[in-house]
Amino acid sequence: MPAPIRLRELIRTIRTARTQAEEREMIQKECAAIRSSFREEDNTYRCRNVAKLLYMHMLGYPAHFGQLECLKLIASQKFTDKRIGYLGAMLLLDERQDVHLLMTNCIKNDLNHSTQYVQGLALCTLGCMGSSEMCRDLAGEVEKLLKTSNSYLRKKAALCAVHVIRKVPELMEMFLPATKNLLNEKNHGVLHTSVVLLTEMCERSPDMLAHFRKLVPQLVRILKNLIMSGYSPEHDVSGISDPFLQVRILRLLRILGRNDDDSSEAMNDILAQVATNTETSKNVGNAILYETVLTIMDIKSESGLRVLAINILGRFLLNNDKNIRYVALTSLLKTVQTDHNAVQRHRSTIVDCLKDLDVSIKRRAMELSFALVNGNNVRGMMKELLYFLDSCEPEFKADCASGIFLAAEKYAPSKRWHIDTIMRVLTTAGSYVRDDAVPNLIQLITNSVEMHAYTVQRLYKAILGDYSQQPLVQVASWCIGEYGDLLVSGQCEEEEPIQVTEDEVLDILESVLISNMSASVTRGYALTAIMKLSTRFTCTVNRIKKVVSIYGSSIDVELQQRAVEYNALFKKYDHMRPALLERMPVMEKVTTNGPAEIVQTNGETETAVLETKPPPSGLQPANQANDLLDLLGGSDITPVIPTAPTSKPATAGGELLDLLGDLNLTGIPSITAYNKNGLKIDFTFERSNTNPSVTVITIQASNSTELDMTDFVFQAAVPKTFQLQLLSPSSSVIPAFNSGTITQVIKVLNPQKQQLRMRIKLTYNHKGSAMQDLAEVNNFPPQSWQ
Amino acid sequence: MITVSVIFLAFCHTDPDFPTAVVDVFIPPLRYLILLEEGVVPCSHHCRVVRLLLFPRAGAERKQSCCLHKIHFILLFSRQGKLRLQKWYTTLPDKEKKKIIREIIQIILSRNQKTSSFVDWKDLKLVYKRYASLYFCCAIEDQDNELLTLEVVHRYVELLDRYFGNVCELDIIFNFEKAYFILDEFIIGGEVQETSKKTAVKAIEDSDMLQETVEEYMNKPAF
Repeated sequence: MPAPIRLRELIRTIRTARTQAEEREMIQKECAAIRSSFREEDNTYRCRNVAKLLYMHMLGYPAHFGQLECLKLIASQKFTDKRIGYLGAMLLLDERQDVHLLMTNCIKNDLNHSTQYVQGLALCTLGCMGSSEMCRDLAGEVEKLLKTSNSYLRKKAALCAVHVIRKVPELMEMFLPATKNLLNEKNHGVLHTSVVLLTEMCERSPDMLAHFRKLVPQLVRILKNLIMSGYSPEHDVSGISDPFLQVRILRLLRILGRNDDDSSEAMNDILAQVATNTETSKNVGNAILYETVLTIMDIKSESGLRVLAINILGRFLLNNDKNIRYVALTSLLKTVQTDHNAVQRHRSTIVDCLKDLDVSIKRRAMELSFALVNGNNVRGMMKELLYFLDSCEPEFKADCASGIFLAAEKYAPSKRWHIDTIMRVLTTAGSYVRDDAVPNLIQLITNSVEMHAYTVQRLYKAILGDYSQQPLVQVASWCIGEYGDLLVSGQCEEEEPIQVTEDEVLDILESVLISNMSASVTRGYALTAIMKLSTRFTCTVNRIKKVVSIYGSSIDVELQQRAVEYNALFKKYDHMRPALLERMPVMEKVTTNGPAEIVQTNGETETAVLETKPPPSGLQPANQANDLLDLLGGSDITPVIPTAPTSKPATAGGELLDLLGDLNLTGIPSITAYNKNGLKIDFTFERSNTNPSVTVITIQASNSTELDMTDFVFQAAVPKTFQLQLLSPSSSVIPAFNSGTITQVIKVLNPQKQQLRMRIKLTYNHKGSAMQDLAEVNNFPPQSWQ
Repeated sequence: MITVSVIFLAFCHTDPDFPTAVVDVFIPPLRYLILLEEGVVPCSHHCRVVRLLLFPRAGAERKQSCCLHKIHFILLFSRQGKLRLQKWYTTLPDKEKKKIIREIIQIILSRNQKTSSFVDWKDLKLVYKRYASLYFCCAIEDQDNELLTLEVVHRYVELLDRYFGNVCELDIIFNFEKAYFILDEFIIGGEVQETSKKTAVKAIEDSDMLQETVEEYMNKPAF
């Protein structure tokens, strides 16, 4: 039996194959030879055969029949065999094969081998692909090797321990004793892997984290030595000493310093040093700076350091290297929430990155741009973002459109601008707009009462040319159905009104209905719109009746149902038709923020245990006098019961319309709650957007006499059904001649939406004598509590 | 202990047009907030979503996710898309690995010169660099330091260069097992084990010396 061909020989041969078929043939032939060689239990050439098998495996051919052979190689005494055997195990075996457990014993023996390179092989294999069972069996051996003085083995054992912990977290405790002296090593390999091990332990267990916090000074010292030490050829990379170790130490410091003031303070100096002294001409220096910035932003660093970090990121943004810009944008995205103003300074550079060619950079620039939009820059930013929407890749368009809608809703400077922006998005990226945007837009348009004519005109013009973009057509159909009368009567004030006849409007709606491009939902919108126009148009009712009756036999079930119902409306319920198809009322404003945003804002507002009783209807019985008798003792003041205010008339169902009053934060009139003896107290109101039961009252106390009022204390009491929170006042002295005020914030929780009333008690010193007064505040405006 | 926020969703169909009633829930003694959110769809039906959000106590910290830094796999492939080395530090079925390799090779080969070295892929980041005719690609966690990974890749190339002397693609093709051995002296379990070039290469050369005299493993063979 001739010796099997050598590995290199095989590689050379296979590379000469000119077609895939030729290659496959060669491979199959060789595989057959290898298989028979395995069957014959040939020890001499097993190594060579497995090596060849591994090569063929890399080309994509099956090699599972070599798995057991790898095990035999590992068990062999020859180093050559072991080397290939372990390589084969790592390539062909993994924890999903049952066979792999057979390795455990071999590895155990090799971990105790006399030759360190054999031990190294075993540690490496265990550390790369050891299963949980293997890790459990061999953890003790690894732990032993972690304490050896041989640095070659120690570093491998440390990473092996990391793998064991990742696979079997419960075993973490057993490595704790061995970590005692790890950082005392001089060997960089051991230091590096030790830091990795410590990082892993700290990330997984808060107890370990607390335990290892004491290492911060030592870590700082090691880092300092690295920076200050001279040139060390062994670890040098472009003039920087062991950047890998520096970065890992910075990362560990980040974890240790997070949420801990003392540790953070201990590392402030070294972080500043690294940030200012690192060479930035090469990538390696920037890698270290990047890690430093991440660390500074994550720990409780002092503000000077934070500013330094953001400035580094700003410099990164201006760098020509795309990788650096990418990294800068990623980091800025993380910090924009906490250091918003600092990031705003770099806004123009970020917006420029929207025009970059790199997709990842564009995406980050887009996300960051949305995070930076605020009331002041919204016009400029929107222009850039709309331009970006025009030209960006399709994968961005949906997100960009959603982002623009959100930002426009929050910061729109005027209704017209808002509608224009929406129109622009619908016409340029109409087919990428998300489905849920359509109802939101419709609601927005409905609520902008004065813009109806303008909106419907613009929408009409938009779909005249092209009705393929479904969201656009849906919104347009709805609007035309609602406001078609404004369209034909040419009432638009904002721009030149166009001449449109009723027939032309019906033409376009019918084309939408007929068109192949229209989705079923869109057709539904169009049909309903046509129906609504029957009450708004005068000359074309017959045409509408005809259209509606045709669709009574449509194949589309939804359309058919609608048409049949509308038909019935014409025939049997014609007297109800005008009422039913009346103009839609203004809808309640709904927050369109997604769940994530709700969690954030609500994390800041107060939560309170709400009562189980259902909220009351609009009118309250006026018998609330008794509630006030419990307050403040001394009920000699007869409480004044104001007449209950009438609720606003609702046009179409729902007490939600009563909430119309508190749509805006501003616009609740302030009141003078008290004005006596030169002391005037004004109340200004704010309603919480997210929690309608909370009213925030800011009191301002002013003094028109010639002498200051000192030791001023304001107290308030409310009926039992309310809850009150008084925050600290700005001061206790009201200066004379109205030259200053005391402000104080009161938060009132009013879950039952009862009429707000308050008793206040004022105590202060004036003209040398102590003054005290009690009063009632009854003139709260309805918007402050309804 | 820290409670994790849990979101309950209850859908209920209501009449067309405007919803009216509020669904009341009482959960003692946790703090909660009821938010009413409506999706108003001017079609024949719509549903209202009532969300219950149970918030953690004020000051609670979010649980940190572990294992934020690790290389998931390393791939070397030529400009024609032929795989020269694959090292996996996570467990995946063979079929899955093949699919991933195909996908990634296609993504990276289609990138042009003007782009950055980083690609967002699934929940990982691919860091790649081309050296002559070979692409070196590392997949790292989203939170990891990309710039340092570029240095890791560069260091590996330097080690190969030091061992082979002016390394080229053919060296790696014909001595693929050596490329693996060198990688294993540099990285274990997705983490760097040795930061000194000298030490890593010396370990390989010493190991080579240990090999019994089977001819093809003694020299760096000529082809």
